[in-house]
Amino acid sequence: MVENRPWLNFLAHAVLIAGVLAVAFPLYVTFVASTLSFKEIMQVPMPLLPGSHLVENYSQVLSGGTTTGSKAAVSHMLVNSLVMALAIPLGKITISIIASFAIVYFRFPLRMFFFWMIFVTLMLPVEVRIIPTLQVITDLKMNNTYAGLTIPLIASATATFLFRQFFMTVPDELAEAARVDGAGPMRFFWDVLMPLSKTTMAALFVIQFIYGWNQYLWPLLVATDESMYTTVIGIKRMIVGSDAANEWNLIMATAILAMLPPALVVVLMQKWFVKGLVETEK
Amino acid sequence: MAAVSFRDVRKSYTPELQVIHGVSMEIKDGEFIVILGPSGCGKSTLLRMVAGLETVTAGEIAIGDRVVNNLEPKDRDIAMVFQNYALYPHMSVFDNMSYGLRIRGLSSSEISERVNRAAEILELKKFLDRRPRALSGGQRQRVAMGRAIVREPQVFLFDEPLSNLDAKLRVQMRAELQALHRRLGTTSLFVTHDQVEAMTLAQRMIVMNAGRAEQIGAPLEIYARPATTFVAGFIGSPPMNLIPRDGKLLGIRPEHLEPCAASDAMLTIDVDLIEPLGADILVYGHIGDRDSARVAARLPADAKVQAGKLAVRYAPGNVHWFDQASGRRID
Repeated sequence: MVENRPWLNFLAHAVLIAGVLAVAFPLYVTFVASTLSFKEIMQVPMPLLPGSHLVENYSQVLSGGTTTGSKAAVSHMLVNSLVMALAIPLGKITISIIASFAIVYFRFPLRMFFFWMIFVTLMLPVEVRIIPTLQVITDLKMNNTYAGLTIPLIASATATFLFRQFFMTVPDELAEAARVDGAGPMRFFWDVLMPLSKTTMAALFVIQFIYGWNQYLWPLLVATDESMYTTVIGIKRMIVGSDAANEWNLIMATAILAMLPPALVVVLMQKWFVKGLVETEK
Repeated sequence: MAAVSFRDVRKSYTPELQVIHGVSMEIKDGEFIVILGPSGCGKSTLLRMVAGLETVTAGEIAIGDRVVNNLEPKDRDIAMVFQNYALYPHMSVFDNMSYGLRIRGLSSSEISERVNRAAEILELKKFLDRRPRALSGGQRQRVAMGRAIVREPQVFLFDEPLSNLDAKLRVQMRAELQALHRRLGTTSLFVTHDQVEAMTLAQRMIVMNAGRAEQIGAPLEIYARPATTFVAGFIGSPPMNLIPRDGKLLGIRPEHLEPCAASDAMLTIDVDLIEPLGADILVYGHIGDRDSARVAARLPADAKVQAGKLAVRYAPGNVHWFDQASGRRID
């Protein structure tokens, strides 16, 4: 749409600026709060300019958590979160790409049945099956382990479906040409399909990294030991008792730390991410 | 290089759905064979059975003296060129051409020697580092052929390789294919629905219709003596005129009709369409009333024609007769 009317321009920008402010202001307040001392943050109204306790607050949470609530070091939580946020997308991509390869390129009995089984689980979010899953994990004594934290979240119908859709757009002749060239199925998978799926994998990685990083309910149930807390759980554990008892400055510093890695992944992988979602070139 | 034989080759997907009804043929070593037919006649299926991409339901296919029915494509010593080229999009031209060789474990010096030789023949040397998407249609086609050449196979299989090219490029690639075959002398099977490609490329051709080989022979021989009305109607543009006469079908090629005085007329065409092509003029019309056979004539460029009655005659030697029920040629 090409229109040149000044007041429309003004309106458009006003709406955009208002939107940005609405999104950015809470983040700004979080940041400001993370730089104040406990005393300053308890004033009403809270100061809206950054204070002088930035280094102090962050080193406190990174090494020793809060003083009144959980004392687990956030640095360790960040490592836990990172393990979870990496294991989930990598596991999901690995399993899904192999599963879709089987479904699209091999004819075996009950092929469509298995596909639909996978597809049906799309309709069941983690929360629906969380109690039985927890039971299984507990029986397997996988509470408070990285395996228990990640394995139940790895199986993914969405990713399998996405790869299947992508594989179906790859021309059959490519598989046939590879066959004539003497490439066996695994060689074709490795040499042709994997490189072609790179952008799809990147897009999935970004989405699933954030999904893994932001997991709340499942780690809350499985990670009961302090050493297994993820950052998101860590924030929850820092909040104890009444409002005045919480060290909001430290909690906000942890919140900022929790927000940075996903933002970083999105910013760094943005180009690939968009490509993976819109790319049609085969 | 090797001979290829089809021995009563059949293909069916289900017991009811048979797509190839028994094709038999001996292809000599080094021959260029074109499989010609309309879409859905089973020509690609036949080729894919030679390649090993489709199973053979009954009969035998032999390459050289080996029956290859149960061999994997890679063990058949064939190379195939696909209609949409099927180049690996993420590999450079060099990698596309050398992929099969690398799988077979050739030494890298041997690989680069073969690829460079093929690139030389196909004038692809400049493009070896490029990705397929950075190439034009004709160049991609050449890469696909290069991929086949470097394998130095017993048999080349071409599945409508020129049909994605524009008209001018197609003519050019046709000539290049011919030159290539002269140079390499490899047995080739070439599937097409384009009769011009078939006529110009083939040493012998198979005309297929509904899963049957209607006629096998040299192009000019087939043109001069079509075995069935299908072949008569499929080859030649415009196709042979088929006129019911005395319970049989009289076949006469459009170029064998010549204008004459009304008193000498062997046919009178009620002309309703005139197409001057420069080199000659195509005239279309009916003989007799509207429902009767439609007839085309190819007249010299200087012929004076206009809509209305046109008297034409033909030499008796140029007439073909076909059985009306079976469509078979009567000699």
